[in-house]
Amino acid sequence: MSDEAQITASTKREIVSFTVQDQAFCIDIGHVLEIRGWTQTTTLPHAPDYVKGLMNLRGTVLPVLDMSRRLGLGSAEPSNRDVIIIVRPEEMTVGFLVEAVSDILTVNNDEMTPTPDVNSAETKSFIEGIFTHGDQLIRAVDVRSIMPTGAEVHPQ
Amino acid sequence: MNELLEGFFEECEELLEVLSDGLDAMAAGTVDEDTINAVFRSVHSIKGGAGAFGMEVLVEFSHAFENVLDGMRSGKIELSPTLVALLYQAGDHLSTLVEANAQGDQNVPTAHDALIADLKEACSAIAPPPEEADFEGTADLNDFDFMPLTIDVPGEGPGEDFASTQYEIRFAPYPSLYEHGLEPVLMLRALGELGDLQIDARQDHLAPLSEQPQSDGGVIWLLQLKTTSPRQSIEQIFEFTRDLCELDIFEMCANGATSETSIRRFPEGHDPQRIADGEDMGGDEAAKATMAAETAFAPAAEPAPTSLPVPSAPDASATGSKSSKVSRKSGRDTLRVELDRVDRLVNIVGELVISEAMLRQSMSDTEMSSNSSAVNAMVQLKQLSGELQESVMAIRAQPVRGLFQRMSRIVRETARETGKEACLVTEGDATEVDKTVTERLVEPLTHMIRNAVDHGLEHPDIREGNGKPKVGTVSLSAAHRSGRIQIQLRDDGAGIDRAKVLQTAVRKGLIAPGEEMSEADIDNLLFMPGFSTNDAVSNLSGRGVGMDVVRSEIQALGGRVSISSVAGRGTTFSISLPLTLAVLEGMIVSVAGERIVVPTTSLRETVRVSEASVHVMGQSGQVLSIRDGLIPIVDLGTRLGFRNVDSCAADQSLLLIEADSGRRVALAVDQVFDQREVVIKGLEQNYQQIPGIAAATILGDGRIALIVDTDQMIPLGSSIGEPFETAIEIGAPNHV
Repeated sequence: MSDEAQITASTKREIVSFTVQDQAFCIDIGHVLEIRGWTQTTTLPHAPDYVKGLMNLRGTVLPVLDMSRRLGLGSAEPSNRDVIIIVRPEEMTVGFLVEAVSDILTVNNDEMTPTPDVNSAETKSFIEGIFTHGDQLIRAVDVRSIMPTGAEVHPQ
Repeated sequence: MNELLEGFFEECEELLEVLSDGLDAMAAGTVDEDTINAVFRSVHSIKGGAGAFGMEVLVEFSHAFENVLDGMRSGKIELSPTLVALLYQAGDHLSTLVEANAQGDQNVPTAHDALIADLKEACSAIAPPPEEADFEGTADLNDFDFMPLTIDVPGEGPGEDFASTQYEIRFAPYPSLYEHGLEPVLMLRALGELGDLQIDARQDHLAPLSEQPQSDGGVIWLLQLKTTSPRQSIEQIFEFTRDLCELDIFEMCANGATSETSIRRFPEGHDPQRIADGEDMGGDEAAKATMAAETAFAPAAEPAPTSLPVPSAPDASATGSKSSKVSRKSGRDTLRVELDRVDRLVNIVGELVISEAMLRQSMSDTEMSSNSSAVNAMVQLKQLSGELQESVMAIRAQPVRGLFQRMSRIVRETARETGKEACLVTEGDATEVDKTVTERLVEPLTHMIRNAVDHGLEHPDIREGNGKPKVGTVSLSAAHRSGRIQIQLRDDGAGIDRAKVLQTAVRKGLIAPGEEMSEADIDNLLFMPGFSTNDAVSNLSGRGVGMDVVRSEIQALGGRVSISSVAGRGTTFSISLPLTLAVLEGMIVSVAGERIVVPTTSLRETVRVSEASVHVMGQSGQVLSIRDGLIPIVDLGTRLGFRNVDSCAADQSLLLIEADSGRRVALAVDQVFDQREVVIKGLEQNYQQIPGIAAATILGDGRIALIVDTDQMIPLGSSIGEPFETAIEIGAPNHV
């Protein structure tokens, strides 16, 4: 890590890191509205498998994405210790179902290394880069591209 | 009428906002096609509304303004700093004119004519010679839209507003008028049909009921009429009132600013002196009323003598404009609140109700004595929160009656302008629709109604020749259907002339010549930007901004619009809109462990499988046999993809659904709970539309339940009103 003094305000970035299937991921804190405990969701018909269902956030209906499936890490056993991160990158508000939220970190944008060319379509399209924090690799999730898209819902 | 006017001015406020935003974008250099279109449309809408209300100064100006914007839209006028300055000036002037009209001020601001000249100059530089305007032999689509040769030519067509004259009429009936069985209301109504009429009833001279009943004629009417009809037709209306009233008709100059040509006429046998002497009225009162009329109607005349005792008539010295302003202000006591704030309130109250339910649950778990004060307070809380929720919901939902009322005015106005005869028939006025939806439907619906009268209905003589009633019928209906609002607009006109539509589309380069198109595809060409089969630019009907605006506005509301037409029989437009925040009566059922709401609108009955006569058809199909036929059974769980195998077990229930088309289906569900009102939450905002699902709702325990779109549950092959989408790109009319 570079010296704190060298980090200029323009490249400094606060991230929220979370774990899914024992891997560390992060998103920009600016996208995060709040963090909620696990709640029962209502199953959506004709939805992609990574859409866990709908939840009620103080009267707003929003979809919850199972990050394990969305990131191509297979299905996770749901546990009531799971956490839902409420994210609003643009017009849509969605919930990310993750195992745990670990930390809020300040990182320098320059530290982000490009995503290695791995053989995983999800990693290539949803991970915009990697931060190294101690001996841990934190995968930076591209929030905009990970949002559910209309094309993925197959018409009946 | 005041309500209509008020609606127009409220709308103007919003349109002017769009206008100024657009101008800001132009000044900042961040202008694009959409911005210019938006600015054009707002000026166009103001012109349309002003035309309907006969505000010719406003129409004249917005027409000139619009021409410049139209030139920009078609790329003929280049945006330059001087032009932006001119547009700003024009925008400000337009706001001033709207304000002046809102306050009934008839004076034309000094800059008016100069500004119109400037605007004309701005577009004269690029104006195509008139011969090109009928676009014979020109392939350029843009030439069509822009035909400045029709600007501001007074009296160019029937019902042209520019030729109208402002009359001010003072009508003071004597008691004998009433004794002859004449009804002033009918006369006022007849006057109203001649043009734009403002009525002010003066009753300040009326004696209290206890004193001298029937000593005078009662109310004095001060009328302002803007009409194209000759003076004789006004006099005709009062023909039978000779000697029974005091009648003054003043003719104002075209701009209403002065009244030099005022003619004062008294009915035979009633000279001014006699009236001033107060033969039929209390002496002072009559004099005062006459004075009031004089000052009101002749602002250029001498001011009322200050010695005149006025206390009994506080606004006797006020001009007609002032009194109309007062009447506008004293309308309904309403408050315009941003919908966002109401929405927040709705959400908070929804949360409150849910928290209250949870609190009640946990209290009953603690097994408190039912007499304890906490339990009593809880009962009260429940009642209050229920009432609170109802009142909050009532803020948003409004019947479409007001909207429909506005439309009947549009039908009349358009019919008059186009020389046709039409009446509006409405159905389902009481249908409650979200406030946003009604507000934002005004413009598209106005366009559609104008089109229906202007393009749809035939001229009365042609109708008679075809064996149809002379008066064309435009019908407008609203209904709630499976979580959506269906609005239908029908006319019994000639239907779409598909050959002409095709021809026009080819001529404008919207489609390639010789392209094979189905009837529905041809009909849908009407929704393309820049398409208009009417070659004439008139005050009211569009210049091709009509149907594409309609479609984009309805799509912006999350709705869809479809068109169907039968030659010689008429055209039907169906608008389907989501009820984003309306309340819906639904049956709560459970399927595969999920709770689902089935709207009761199309629900006919429920039957237990064990008590029903279910037969197997084919490999896995099942039908329900009831009194009047066989109905296919659809397992709701399978249909929604919650389970793979139909499970029509004995403990299930069947919900009998009947669609508008009369097609029926029996939905198999696991369990039926109760019937209740649910708040509709749209899914489009944070997710997208889901096939088979109309919306979602939040149940008392905070969990979400989906609301089924019953129409889509009908087995394939019988679905009606499929979502209508064309592959036409908006904003790219020049390529195929």
